[in-house]
Amino acid sequence: MVRVLKLELRGITKRFGSLLANDHIDVVVEPGQIHCLLGENGAGKSTLMNVLYGLYEPTEGEILIDDKPVSFRGPGDAMAAGIGMVHQHFMLVPVFTVAENVALGAESTKTGGFLNLDDTRRKIKEISDRYGFDVDPDALVEDLPVGVQQRVEIIKALVRDARVLILDEPTAVLTPQDTDELLDIMRQLKSSGTSIVFISHKLREVKAVSDTITVIRRGKVVGSADPAASTAELASMMVGRAVSLTLDKAPAKPRERTFQVKDLTVIAPSGQHVVDGISFDIARGEILALAGVQGNGQTELTEAILGLQERVHGSIMLDGEELLGRSVKDVLNSGVGFVPEDRSVDGLIGTFSIAENLILDRYDQPPFAKGISMSPAKVLENAKTRIGEFDVRTQSGSLAAGTLSGGNQQKVVMARELSRPLRLFIASQPTRGVDVGSIEFLHKRIVAERDHGTPVLIVSTELDEVMELADRIAVVYKGKLVGIVPAGTGRDVLGLMMAGISPEDAAPTDTSHADKLPAENGHPGTDTPETPRTSTASAEGGDHV
Amino acid sequence: MSATATSPLPGKRGPGTAQATDQSVAVSAKPVTWKTPVMLALLALVAFVFFGLMGPNQTAEFGISTGGDFFQLPAVEVPAFLGGIVLSVILLGLAAYAVFLKTKGQAAPAWLPITFTVLFVTAFLIWVVGGARTPSISLAGLIAGSVTLAVPLVFGSLSGVLCERVGVVNIAIEGQLLGGAFTAAMVATMTRNPFLGLLAAAVAGAVVSMVLAVFSIKYLVNQIIVGVVLNVLVSGLTGFLFSTVMQANKAQFNSPVGLDNIEIPVLSGIPIIGPILFKQTLVGYLMYVAVIVVWLGLFKTKWGLRVRAVGEHPQAADTLGINVNATRFWNVTIGGAIAGIGGSFFTLVAIDSFTKEISGGRGFIALAALIFGRWNPIGAFFAALLFGFADNLQSIVTIIGTPVPSQFMAMLPYLVTVLAVAGLVGRSRPPAASGIPYVKG
Repeated sequence: MVRVLKLELRGITKRFGSLLANDHIDVVVEPGQIHCLLGENGAGKSTLMNVLYGLYEPTEGEILIDDKPVSFRGPGDAMAAGIGMVHQHFMLVPVFTVAENVALGAESTKTGGFLNLDDTRRKIKEISDRYGFDVDPDALVEDLPVGVQQRVEIIKALVRDARVLILDEPTAVLTPQDTDELLDIMRQLKSSGTSIVFISHKLREVKAVSDTITVIRRGKVVGSADPAASTAELASMMVGRAVSLTLDKAPAKPRERTFQVKDLTVIAPSGQHVVDGISFDIARGEILALAGVQGNGQTELTEAILGLQERVHGSIMLDGEELLGRSVKDVLNSGVGFVPEDRSVDGLIGTFSIAENLILDRYDQPPFAKGISMSPAKVLENAKTRIGEFDVRTQSGSLAAGTLSGGNQQKVVMARELSRPLRLFIASQPTRGVDVGSIEFLHKRIVAERDHGTPVLIVSTELDEVMELADRIAVVYKGKLVGIVPAGTGRDVLGLMMAGISPEDAAPTDTSHADKLPAENGHPGTDTPETPRTSTASAEGGDHV
Repeated sequence: MSATATSPLPGKRGPGTAQATDQSVAVSAKPVTWKTPVMLALLALVAFVFFGLMGPNQTAEFGISTGGDFFQLPAVEVPAFLGGIVLSVILLGLAAYAVFLKTKGQAAPAWLPITFTVLFVTAFLIWVVGGARTPSISLAGLIAGSVTLAVPLVFGSLSGVLCERVGVVNIAIEGQLLGGAFTAAMVATMTRNPFLGLLAAAVAGAVVSMVLAVFSIKYLVNQIIVGVVLNVLVSGLTGFLFSTVMQANKAQFNSPVGLDNIEIPVLSGIPIIGPILFKQTLVGYLMYVAVIVVWLGLFKTKWGLRVRAVGEHPQAADTLGINVNATRFWNVTIGGAIAGIGGSFFTLVAIDSFTKEISGGRGFIALAALIFGRWNPIGAFFAALLFGFADNLQSIVTIIGTPVPSQFMAMLPYLVTVLAVAGLVGRSRPPAASGIPYVKG
């Protein structure tokens, strides 16, 4: 039997300048356990693991392996001690083959330093067979889907005889099916004697696999929890106060369908149809959520509506006006609010003040501008109101937006987009990288905008979020619309649809309502959101968090 | 909660995951553009009009053997007009095929632009030689001369390959060549030993590279700017020392002992390839060795795997315990040494003394060769040969007296550079982290 490690972190403290990322953290990972570190984004989990992996040197504290203190001066030392890590952003060289990636840093060589990749291939095959990974050692990593890339990362660690495997937010990039497979792999690894440190903020997954849960908040351990604890308990430990995980939301009262997308096709510079003949419409007072695994055309679709894509065919009608072919400014001025998926790149200018960021789309309009001059007083005044209204935690509106936390940055973007009369509101990944407390607030604002009578389009890769917000759910796969299903459709059905399976095939066969679901690429105009909702919801309900 | 467990249609799962598996394959497909077909069509048209329709009416003669060869082959004679027509019609055909492929959404296969280039050059040669006052050139001399002129280019581009593969842009190749040339001249004169001159050139190139490495890796100064500044610095420094020291006492400082040709018996007598492969100076032989060693090293060894990983994804390399910045520093240094050896070619082989700006911008052509050769030592070698060929053709053609103005012929090497880099071969992909400093954390 392989050697099993006991790993202990004792009083680990890590400071970056004045920022205290980890404050005297104690964690003991017992051999052969799945130990979860639960905490919000920015709680300090990743920093802690980077300390453990030798990437950061701790300011204070020590790491003990089998009760003996060790010091890691780099990842090489950590790996030699039997610690492997799968990073949130994969550490794979895209233009290398699987074998080259696995070999890197632990190469088998023939005489003269020549690579012996056959040996690596053999090792990959061994591990691949043992865990049923099905990985081709000679495939280029950039050609592999993320789920397989993640397995390559796990193989990398196992080839180096990792006895403790750190998985940093491993499910963030996976489909629900891939996630389930990963959880199975984790159980299998555990039974073969590998301890796992599982970093996550997703309660459902944590409860499913963990043996022990340590909750971290603002760089401190706030306690450990039993995996059998309720999600509400875990959530309140993680956030530090009671949070309501379910959104209080009145049923939608859809009115006239003012926003229509018809046969929309977006052609990427590569010639690929990244959005391929998508049609849907949204009624006033309704939220349509676009679900799908990252990279299936969602980004291009929203960009096409806003006028940011160059080669677009089809039609995008808002209140009877064609939006296609108009400039971005024109589209914004016609009453489209847009929260981009990456706030730090497209949503904010980090070095500009919060106040300036709040008027980025109206800097040239009164009351902020008069002729060629701007009125700083009005800009600050506006900032004060918005900051209050959206509960942005900051000392002053004149601070740089880049200094805010993720959640507060997102509130600034949302405040800007929602502060003018809208005829359409689009939000891409509205709560990505946002703390649970802010998620609650942002979701409420989105629903409020709906109740105000605006058609709302939400794009999210988080199934929980989609199920929470949506009045109807559209699923995209490889640029095509798989189907539009009512809110309350089960997680497993949505998961299969996200892998490209049509709703008829994905839905349970025993549901007599299956025939009422709209056809693939169907004409959503023919199904009213009310008809099948209640029935399907009862058939599938009770499944989500 | 698991879809695997509760899905009532387990049979549907298989195809679903299979579809999910290939989703990113389509995304990474290379774009098919009109660039190559349009470019080929234009060039074919130029060939047809100038080399074909307006072709000269003489017979072009190409000598194959030189006096030193141990057996003689007869010269090839081509009627220029007919040859021009035939070749340019084939070129038009190739271009039409590329257009046809594009309309079907396919990219031209790799052999097409290569064949096209070879035929185009042949047609051009027939046209130029056929129109000259003396319609005869020695093909053997043309090719041997091309290799000779390519030597510093090859060394320079190998330096570039080593630096860029590890993630540092080396604009300072020109400075490294110049530094090598100067130091080789000085040391070979003072010690009366050309081998010490060669060694000193390598050291000089490495020193220039170390400055680049320290500023760009340790102090994170923009690599392009450091490179440009180094070129100016080396040019100024060698120019100053040349006029103050070397010119004042030429015999003592600037009359280096050159490297002799080392002739390998029998083999050097093979027509055409004999002089290229078996009748070279030490620097010439080192060039072949360097190309092979760098290629083997980069693609077949542990060292090369790490080097390429550092240039593509330094963070990944770091998490596997590879010291990114040390790898970069040493690679850049080795690259400089190689370019320095290339620089010694100017003063130990080509000309027997140093003059100001003796490298004459070849460092920049080497940079182009490295891009044209797609960051691959062997590709860079052939690209450098192409530039050397254009350079040599220019001087030979001027000697035999063509109707083409000599100014135009002097433009040839640079024209070839621009056309080559602009993408006759399509888009090339540099190492992902090239030019980006690595800061931990």
